[in-house]
Amino acid sequence: MSATLKSERPLFEGADWEFSTVQRCHDAIQEIAVGEMGLDVYPNQIEVIGTEQMLDAYSSIGMPLFYKHWSFGKHFARDEAMYRAGMQGLAYEIVINSNPCISYIMEENSATMQTLVIAHAAFGHNHFFKNNYLFKQWTDADGILDYLEFARDYVLHCEEKYGEAAVEALLDAGHALMSHGVHRYPRARATNLRAEEKRERERRLHDEQVFNDLWRTVPGQAAVRHDPTMLERRRALLQLPAENILYFLEKSAPRLAPWQRELLRIVRQVAQYFYPQGQTKLMNEGCATFVHYKIMTRLHEKGQLTDGAMVEFLRSHTNVVFQPDYDDRRYSGINPYALGFAMMQDIERICIEPTAEDMQYFPDIAGKGDAMAVLRDIWANYRDESFILQFLSPRVIRHFGLFHVLDDGESANLRVRAIHDELGYRNIKRTLAEQYDVGWSTPDIQVVDVDLAGDRKLIVHHRVLNKILLEENDAKLVLQHLADLWGYDVLMKEVDATTDAVLKEHVVSPRPGILGGG
Amino acid sequence: MHIVDRRLNPGGKSLANRQRFIRRARSMIKKSVHEASGSRSIKDADTGGELVLPAQGVREPSFRRSASGGIRDYLLPGNKEYTVGDEIPRPESGGGGGGSDASQDGGGEDEFRFALSRDEFVDLFLDDLELPDLAKRRVANTEVVTYERAGYSVSGNPTNLALLRTVRNSLSRRIALHRPKPEELQALRDEIGLLEPGDRRRMLEEELARKEKRTLLIPFIDPLDVRYKRFDATPKPVAQAVMFCLMDVSGSMTEHMKDLAKRFYILLYIFLKRRYKNVELVFIRHTHTASEVDEDTFFHSPETGGTVVSTALEEMQRVIEDRFDPSAWNIYAAQASDGDNTASDNERTANLLVNRILPACQYYAYLEVGRDIEHFPPGFIRRDSDLWQTYEAVVASGAPLAMRKVGHRRDIYPVFRDLFARKVGTEAAA
Repeated sequence: MSATLKSERPLFEGADWEFSTVQRCHDAIQEIAVGEMGLDVYPNQIEVIGTEQMLDAYSSIGMPLFYKHWSFGKHFARDEAMYRAGMQGLAYEIVINSNPCISYIMEENSATMQTLVIAHAAFGHNHFFKNNYLFKQWTDADGILDYLEFARDYVLHCEEKYGEAAVEALLDAGHALMSHGVHRYPRARATNLRAEEKRERERRLHDEQVFNDLWRTVPGQAAVRHDPTMLERRRALLQLPAENILYFLEKSAPRLAPWQRELLRIVRQVAQYFYPQGQTKLMNEGCATFVHYKIMTRLHEKGQLTDGAMVEFLRSHTNVVFQPDYDDRRYSGINPYALGFAMMQDIERICIEPTAEDMQYFPDIAGKGDAMAVLRDIWANYRDESFILQFLSPRVIRHFGLFHVLDDGESANLRVRAIHDELGYRNIKRTLAEQYDVGWSTPDIQVVDVDLAGDRKLIVHHRVLNKILLEENDAKLVLQHLADLWGYDVLMKEVDATTDAVLKEHVVSPRPGILGGG
Repeated sequence: MHIVDRRLNPGGKSLANRQRFIRRARSMIKKSVHEASGSRSIKDADTGGELVLPAQGVREPSFRRSASGGIRDYLLPGNKEYTVGDEIPRPESGGGGGGSDASQDGGGEDEFRFALSRDEFVDLFLDDLELPDLAKRRVANTEVVTYERAGYSVSGNPTNLALLRTVRNSLSRRIALHRPKPEELQALRDEIGLLEPGDRRRMLEEELARKEKRTLLIPFIDPLDVRYKRFDATPKPVAQAVMFCLMDVSGSMTEHMKDLAKRFYILLYIFLKRRYKNVELVFIRHTHTASEVDEDTFFHSPETGGTVVSTALEEMQRVIEDRFDPSAWNIYAAQASDGDNTASDNERTANLLVNRILPACQYYAYLEVGRDIEHFPPGFIRRDSDLWQTYEAVVASGAPLAMRKVGHRRDIYPVFRDLFARKVGTEAAA
């Protein structure tokens, strides 16, 4: 396959490009990506934007339209200042998980960079979005843009009706709890954002139609009977314990107005939409980097890329997949592009020319031959944690010189627990996988009970792993938001996961008047 | 595949977010602006620019694990020398060897940099000076306008009546509606006069009556025809101004005093900048001698010596004669001093001011800077300074001179009130 003669004319010469060049590159790439590599992608929509628009897109977490909030202004201001000071470059592209798949490319990019970007984003990421099970399960590429438009209009509408301050206070609170506003396990019904939006509209319409002011004048029920033995039933009714705090508040917080619930819902839906991205960073970038590398190499083989363009590409590619060592000044964690790309390449090698070691570690795929089929299967069915656990090969561990250091929090020195040798592979694999596990990286916080019979105090537990407590200042601020939303006191207990001992307690009362409840 | 060119889409998509952010962080930004305006040069004062805010105030909290304590696993790349069981001394600050975790939670973010636009900066700067809103609007707007012809309108002032256009309209209306002409009527009357009574004469008389009635029904000039000349208000073409900053730099001027003076100069500069396209700055400092210097020297270079104010005025007069012809330049001057002057020089100063300087100036402000008034013990009354007494006498004789004692930056604005008051007065007179 790789022996094709350099027969084709180059797609472009030099750095300049125009729209026909982009079209030509896209078509040539599509031929390779779909024809030779068997990728399955959403239709592409490529949008050319300028610097300021890129900064705009940054500040609204990459989405083409989004509701207004000061925190996006803050990010924009910071990114802009950093960019103007030359402290930070801009991304070459942003790609949105939607159908059609929208990729932004910068007007400043050279023709080579545009080709690279199209291969990376419009085919690599696009394929991943369309096929990975997490994205299929949690996101709705068809409906996201419509939903965001609804969200933007709804927030605007609320600002007009209830005032910017009230909306801002609610969104602040919602954003603080955003990381705990996702369902981690699928429920019975698949999410469909378009249907959600329709349902909400119909529900409001229905409320308006059946509204009758007379109901307000009907005398209320006598004081509710309470039965202290019904704890279990009560918890079951409230669906406790609940780890999706925003969902719990939306459904059960006693003092929120309907529009406030709807805003919480919007924040929650957005968090849920981004949930898979956090779990597949390594694979997603690995897949896209592998795809662009393959495609660019093929284009060059076929003579569609000049030698000069190839050198330009390789230069940029090696920058992207550079992994500084731990003692390097530039080190800031493991580079997902580097590790992802290395693993994908290694899997290809294992399929095509396995060693005895590979046979031992990966009997299922070693020597299977069709590397693309194996990779496509992996891209569809794994997330970072399971991918590392399954496919981090000894060879890659050796290549990166990975080692595991343990800090027990007590002794004066840190201890090296495992290095890249026969005895350490399993340990390193497990430790690394753990770091990519969302269950490990975000603290495990659950609503466990509500004192309905008494003062309606909300009881929240943080299950403390490895004796690492919450960052105290931040936790207090977030709990304050939680208390404002709940409308009554909130008690948080930090409970050790292994011994069930309570390590720390925080109690917060709602601030009166912040969310109109007080 | 579609390619969409979004480059021409309207920019500033995140402007609304930015305004929200500035509103949110207003108190902190104001503090930064306050500090920034102390350290900037006057010319740069209204250019906007970068600010540094403490990140704490615009924090977006979330539940996250603490960066310290507990049992931690680090997985690091690039092992060179370690084997299992090796011990590594704990790095100092949680960074270094444990870098992966420390950087994950973003604990290193302690400052927040961002750039303000010029308008945002000036707005906040004026806020910092505690200006009343009305005054802010005055400083912010160009007020002088001229009126230019811009077509016709159907309503207006009688003096602006467009006679030619009105008559032309009336003429075409009269033609269109067949209003009988006077000569037609006259001809008819003549013919009737010549005829014997009979059918023909009766017929002509009827026609005459009809035409006369029509003449009455269709007016010569109808309100519909009337047109007025229309005038548009356009801002007056901006001219050039020069601003003289005079300051006593003898040893008795403290940093606090200089800072107050600088704020005053900045405010005056911004104000002038709004009204004149081209504003030159001249810095003259004096002890017992005076010289023209650049801004940095003006504010920062220490100097010792006595205090003879008239030298500064002489220097200013020399510069005016050299470079700024009063007929081509609007001359503004602002003098800052702690009020000391050599006693023998007072009369000379007053003379120079009244006879030479004030006639050439649009505006002359004297700012007597002192220590923060609040620091004086209660009941403590200060004697007026030499210079203050001298200038008071000048003001008493009706010279256009604004003078003020300033101990705190909030006192700076009232000095401007004199300037604005004078402007209103002259406009009303004009």
